[in-house]
Amino acid sequence: MEETLADYYRDEQEIRTPVHFSIGQEASAVGVCAATTPQDWVYTSHRSHAPYLAKGGDLDALVAELYGRQDGCAHGRGGSMHVIDQAAGFAGSAAILGEMIPVAVGTAWAFARNGEARVALTYFGDGATEEGVFAESLNFAAVHKTPVVFVCENNLYSACSPLSARQPAGTSITGRSEAAGVPSELVDGNDVFAVHAAAQRAVAHAREGHGPFLLELSTYRWRAHVGPDWDHDYGYRSKEEIDEWTAQCPIVRATAALRAEEPDIDAAVADWRTRFEREIHQSVDRAKALPFPSVDGLLDGAYLPLAR
Amino acid sequence: MRKLTYGQAISEATVQCMLQDDRIFVAGEGVDDVNGTFGTTKEAFARFGAGRVIDMPNAENATAGFAIGAAAAGFRPLLVHIRADFMFLALDPLVNLAAKWRYTYGGDKGGVPVVTRGVVGRGWGQGATHSQSPHATFAHYPGLHVATPASPADAKGLLVQALTGDTPVVLIENRNLYSLTGEVPTEAVPIPFGVGRIARPGQDVTVVAASLMVHEAERAAEQLALRGISVEVVDVRSLRPLDDDIICSSVAKTGRLVVADTSWSRYGFAAEVAAVVAENVPQALLAPVRRITLPDSPAPVSQPLEEAYHPSADAIADACLAVCGEARGDLPGLVDVAAGFQGPF
Repeated sequence: MEETLADYYRDEQEIRTPVHFSIGQEASAVGVCAATTPQDWVYTSHRSHAPYLAKGGDLDALVAELYGRQDGCAHGRGGSMHVIDQAAGFAGSAAILGEMIPVAVGTAWAFARNGEARVALTYFGDGATEEGVFAESLNFAAVHKTPVVFVCENNLYSACSPLSARQPAGTSITGRSEAAGVPSELVDGNDVFAVHAAAQRAVAHAREGHGPFLLELSTYRWRAHVGPDWDHDYGYRSKEEIDEWTAQCPIVRATAALRAEEPDIDAAVADWRTRFEREIHQSVDRAKALPFPSVDGLLDGAYLPLAR
Repeated sequence: MRKLTYGQAISEATVQCMLQDDRIFVAGEGVDDVNGTFGTTKEAFARFGAGRVIDMPNAENATAGFAIGAAAAGFRPLLVHIRADFMFLALDPLVNLAAKWRYTYGGDKGGVPVVTRGVVGRGWGQGATHSQSPHATFAHYPGLHVATPASPADAKGLLVQALTGDTPVVLIENRNLYSLTGEVPTEAVPIPFGVGRIARPGQDVTVVAASLMVHEAERAAEQLALRGISVEVVDVRSLRPLDDDIICSSVAKTGRLVVADTSWSRYGFAAEVAAVVAENVPQALLAPVRRITLPDSPAPVSQPLEEAYHPSADAIADACLAVCGEARGDLPGLVDVAAGFQGPF
């Protein structure tokens, strides 16, 4: 899906919203979201598309949003960084690195308060763990035993800054979590089965009233921080490093892992690829045929109409 | 009608709204302690306990985000900051999320009606971070409602509106108002945002004020009445939405405008009121607008500097005389608002 969107983005310049692609990070989206029910809510930061789709978010509404159309999931107000599909339990995404972390804690608190066995989850990157709100949120969640699962996609970079420039050697994200009283697990984030198994444990932990859990998923984004480019010419990371990680493609690894017990897996993957490529082209065609929002409604939604 | 203090009115609004709506909860640092946020959260804690009046960790950013998440899931959080200065640590969730939530998600997914109370106001030597009022900061951003109740009745009515409406709200309360007494309706009657009130009618000069400055303007008006100058005091009640009509029609009547505020002039509430008048009724002005605000520095601590720093009824009276082309003459000075304040806090 995102490979095709990246092509449109680059070739047409009609997707006029900053897109942070998750290409290379599919296993963390799929493995975690598959461990949730539609009643569990997922929040994300700016790298939102993969969890949105993995949660079952509507593809047409996502693509229409990227094209700024009225029928987009946020009616052309939000763009790529502010997508939402409440029916699927994708509760929203936002732009500032850690800002949805406490929101998920609040939602999880609300679920528990209502006596519902529902879990809130929040995706964020390794960069977000440097913001104070991460520590604040872990602390509150631990004190109040809120049913929240923190999902850190550690892709080693914050924009162009490597993790080593931002966090001290000898420390770890799971270590910070443990210090705050939140149990955690470090997982190979490109192994969808390992991610899924860990997510099932984490979600069960939260759902059964044991409080928060943090998953650190070790993964890698293939493209630039924002936009469709391959950015190994930019000087902050090497082609060799990217090649090492693309060799760890989560889809290739999952296919290989299934080959022994699913002899037709390669054909199935090829079929899926054809089907999904057709679907994404259709979604783009449909989006482009949709009307833009009316400028008359520019202010609509900033406030409810005032009761006077 | 029976009388309550401003603080009692806030407490009563909180309790009545919590009784009517199970989804409302109070959260903040020390809301359950012996002081109960100047007494305003004490009764709520006594009645509803720690489950609905929640002592939060010292984590203003996460607390605001937490409230947004709870609101997204159907709850009605009332956050309390005993010093509004700490709200700066909550700017990201309040400004980037709460204010924009409804619009960003297309307008039809619902908003996050987080209500935040922030306490401002001088005592003794409160200094740079405890003698400032961020009402204009929050009023700048579309998506929030911002109110500055000046009377006990408004302290109750505006809080009731906040807790029953569907928009995130910031309420800025001046601590010097908590002991003020006034008539307050027994029922939980909401007062809509964006509707100002004429606190005192007059003919010669309009003073537009918010919060504590409404009372300082009234004191100035009382004194100037002895000199035959009739001052109309407009209490805006809310900064966003702002009641442009009441401001413009008052200035159209009096021809003169003084704006009194407990914050700074530049880019602030006083600047906004002046701009509203300049845009709508420029021909009405018989004299240049005067702004009575904080000098352009952080608040000092040393007593004589502090006395010189805070806007007062005297300064408002002087400004009114100036726009009327009158000299101060032998008018006696008025007692400062902080007179009689006892420390330490």
